[in-house]
Amino acid sequence: MSNTTQGSQGPATVEESAFTRFLRATEIDARILGMIAALLAIWCIFDIWSGIIRPNDGLFGGSFLTPRNIWTLFVQTSSIAVMTTGMVLIIVMRQIDLSVGSMLSLIAVAGAVIQVYHLAPALGVGHPAIWILAIVMIVALGTLIGAFNGYLTAYAQIPSFIVTLGGLIGYSGVAFLLAKGETVAPMDKTFKIIGGGIPASWIGPVWSWALALFACAAIVFAITNGRKQRQRFKFPLRPMWAEVTLASIGSFGVLAITGIFNSYPWPPKLIEQYAVANQVLIPAGIEDRDGNAICMAADKVVRCAEGLIYYTGYAVPVLIALAVGAIMTFISTRTRFGRYVYAIGGNPEAAELAGINTRLMKVKVFALMGFLVGISAIISSARLDAATNALGSLNELYVIAAAVIGGTSLAGGVGTIYGAMLGALLMQSIISGMSLLNLPAAFQNIVVGSVLVLAVFLDQLYLRRVK
Amino acid sequence: MATVEMNTGNASANRGTPLIEMRDISIAFGGIRAVDQASVDLHPGEVVGLLGHNGAGKSTLIKILSGAYRRDHGQIFIDGKEVSIQNPRDAKAQGIETIYQTLALADNVDAAANLYLGRELQTRFGTLDDVAMESEARKVMHRLNPNFRRFKEPVMKLSGGQRQSVAIARAILFNARILIMDEPTAALGPQETAQVGELIKQLKAEGIGIFLISHDLHDVFDLADRLCVMKNGKVVGTAKTTDVDHDEVLGMIIAGKCPKGAIPGPGALTH
Repeated sequence: MSNTTQGSQGPATVEESAFTRFLRATEIDARILGMIAALLAIWCIFDIWSGIIRPNDGLFGGSFLTPRNIWTLFVQTSSIAVMTTGMVLIIVMRQIDLSVGSMLSLIAVAGAVIQVYHLAPALGVGHPAIWILAIVMIVALGTLIGAFNGYLTAYAQIPSFIVTLGGLIGYSGVAFLLAKGETVAPMDKTFKIIGGGIPASWIGPVWSWALALFACAAIVFAITNGRKQRQRFKFPLRPMWAEVTLASIGSFGVLAITGIFNSYPWPPKLIEQYAVANQVLIPAGIEDRDGNAICMAADKVVRCAEGLIYYTGYAVPVLIALAVGAIMTFISTRTRFGRYVYAIGGNPEAAELAGINTRLMKVKVFALMGFLVGISAIISSARLDAATNALGSLNELYVIAAAVIGGTSLAGGVGTIYGAMLGALLMQSIISGMSLLNLPAAFQNIVVGSVLVLAVFLDQLYLRRVK
Repeated sequence: MATVEMNTGNASANRGTPLIEMRDISIAFGGIRAVDQASVDLHPGEVVGLLGHNGAGKSTLIKILSGAYRRDHGQIFIDGKEVSIQNPRDAKAQGIETIYQTLALADNVDAAANLYLGRELQTRFGTLDDVAMESEARKVMHRLNPNFRRFKEPVMKLSGGQRQSVAIARAILFNARILIMDEPTAALGPQETAQVGELIKQLKAEGIGIFLISHDLHDVFDLADRLCVMKNGKVVGTAKTTDVDHDEVLGMIIAGKCPKGAIPGPGALTH
C-alpha cells in the first residue's frame, strides 16, 4: 500500500496512497474495512447467484438483497452475536469456552421447564410475572454456570479447554435429563417478544427512526467529545475532515440499515390477524399476488400492492444484540475490567505483578460469558417458542469462529467486540445465503469451515505485511 | 522496634533506622532452598547492589520484597515497623516499585496503559480517563526519553530501549520510596545506560532507596554505596563499595570468600 521511495522530496515525506492517508487520518482499522467489504461482496454475489436461479426483487434481481432477507439475517445472527462478544474477552484472556452451546441448551431447557411446568400452573398462564421470573432465573443460572467454569479454571487450575470440553459433553446431558428428551413448549406470550417472531416484537418504523436518530446523535457526540478531551490536554487532533467523514459514514450506515428494516412489511396473514383483532378497516382492492399489503376483494382478504400494510422496523432480538455490542464495547475499552482482560491476555505475568487479581478476573469473565449465554438462551428459545436439549448444539463452534473471523487472536491479547459481531454476521450470511441457493447442508459446512481458515490466513498475511 | 542500630547521628546512608530491612528470609521451591536465611537492609538515599551468579537467589529475594513470591520464613521491616507483603499490591501500597528484568509489560497495550496498569486513573463516572493518563505518561516519559513520541502504539512495537524506559517510567510515576531494579540496563545501549545511571543518581538525591541487581561489576561500583553478594541462596557478605575492590567481590561471587572489608553472612566460606 505505501511505497517508500528513497528519493529526496520534501523533508521526511513518505509517498503514501490517498487510501493509506485516509486510513491513518480517520484511524479506521483496515481489517474491519476489509471485513465490511467482504460482507458486502458476499451479499452481492448471493443476490446475483440466486437471481440467476430464480429472479426476484433483490437489488441485483435475486432474493438475497431484499429487506425481508436482510431483516431475517440480522434476527438469525443475534443469538450468536450476543455470545461472541463474551467469547472475545475469553479468547483475549488466553482462555476458551467450548461449553457455550451445551450451556445454552441447558439454560434454555431449565427456563422453559420453569415456565411451562412450574410458573404457568402456579400463577396462571400469561401472568405478567412469568416472563420476568423466567428471564431473571435464566440469566442467573447462566452467570452461575459460567462462574463455575471460571472457578474450576482459575482456582482448581484445570485448563479451560478441559473444563469447558467437559461442560460441552456434560451440560448437554443435564439438558437432556431436564427436558426428559422432550420439546418443552410453549413459551409465555410476553417472553416470546424477545425472540422476534411475533408482531409485538417489531418496534415499527416510527420507533426505529427515532432510535436511528438517537444513534446518529450518539455517534456525533462521541466524536466531538473525544475531540474536546484531546483538546483539553493539547494532544494531536484528527483533521476536521476525518472527523466529519467518520460521523457521516457512521450515521449513513445506521440510517441505511434502519431504512432497510423499515421497508420490510409484516407477512399478510399477520396484518389480517391484527386488523381483525383491532378492528382496523381493510381497504378494498384488486388481488395482486406480489404485494405484501392486504385488501378486501369481494369477501376474501388478498394480497395487493397498496392497501393495509405495516412495516416491522427493528426486531427486539436485534436491538438486544446491538445493545449488548455497545455495552460490551464500552466495558472492554472504557473500564478497568476491560483493560485488565487485555493486559492479562498480553502478558499474564505482568498483569499479576501489576497487582491484578488474575484468578478473580478469570472467574468474572467466565461468569460474564455465562450471563451472555443466558441472554442468547432467552432469544433462541423465545424465537423457537420451545426449548430442546439440542437448541444450542454446535453454537460453541459458531461463536468461536465468529470471534476468530472478526480478528480475535487465539494467542490472546487481541480482538474487538464489533469485529466479532461482524464475523458472526458474515458467517450467518454465508449459511443463509447457501440455504437460499438450496445447496446441501454438507456443502454449507465445507464452505463455513473454509471461510474460517481463510479468514485467519488473510489476517496473518495482513499482520505480517504491517510489521 | 527491632533494630539495634540506635546511633542516629547523621542523615547519610547506613545510619539510623533503615528504610527497609529484610531479616532471615527463606523460601524453598520443591525442596530447593532458593533463598536461605538472607538478611539485607537499605537506607534512604542509598543504592545497594545485589550480586551473584545466575540462580544465586538475588532475583528471588527481590521478588519476595515486591510481593511476587510469598516467603516461607523471615520478616520485612519498613521504617522499623514490620509489614506484611503477601502480593504485589501490598508492596506497592508500601511504596515499593520494581523494574523487572523481563520488564513485565503488557505488550498489546500502549505506554500509558502500561504505566497505570493496576492503578488506572478514572473519571468521575468510573470509566478509564485515558487522556489524563496519556497526559501524565507524556510528562514522565519526557523526563526519561525526550524523543519518545509513540504513545498510541502497543509497546510490542517499541524498541528495546523504549520499552525499558516505559518500565522505568512506571516505577517512578507513583513516587516510590523503594525502588528495585533488576538488570535495568541489560537491554540498553551505552548512551541509554548512562541515562539510567544519571536517573539513579537523581532518584538517590531525592531520598529514594534503590536495590540494584546487576551482573555488571562496573555498574555496581559506579552507582552503589554498598553491595551484597549472594551464593546458593545465602548471603556471602555485605560491604561498602569503597571498602572492597573488584577482585575481592569476584572472589565473593565465585568462591564465597568474604574479604576483610566486608561483613560476612551465613553463606561465607568458613575456614
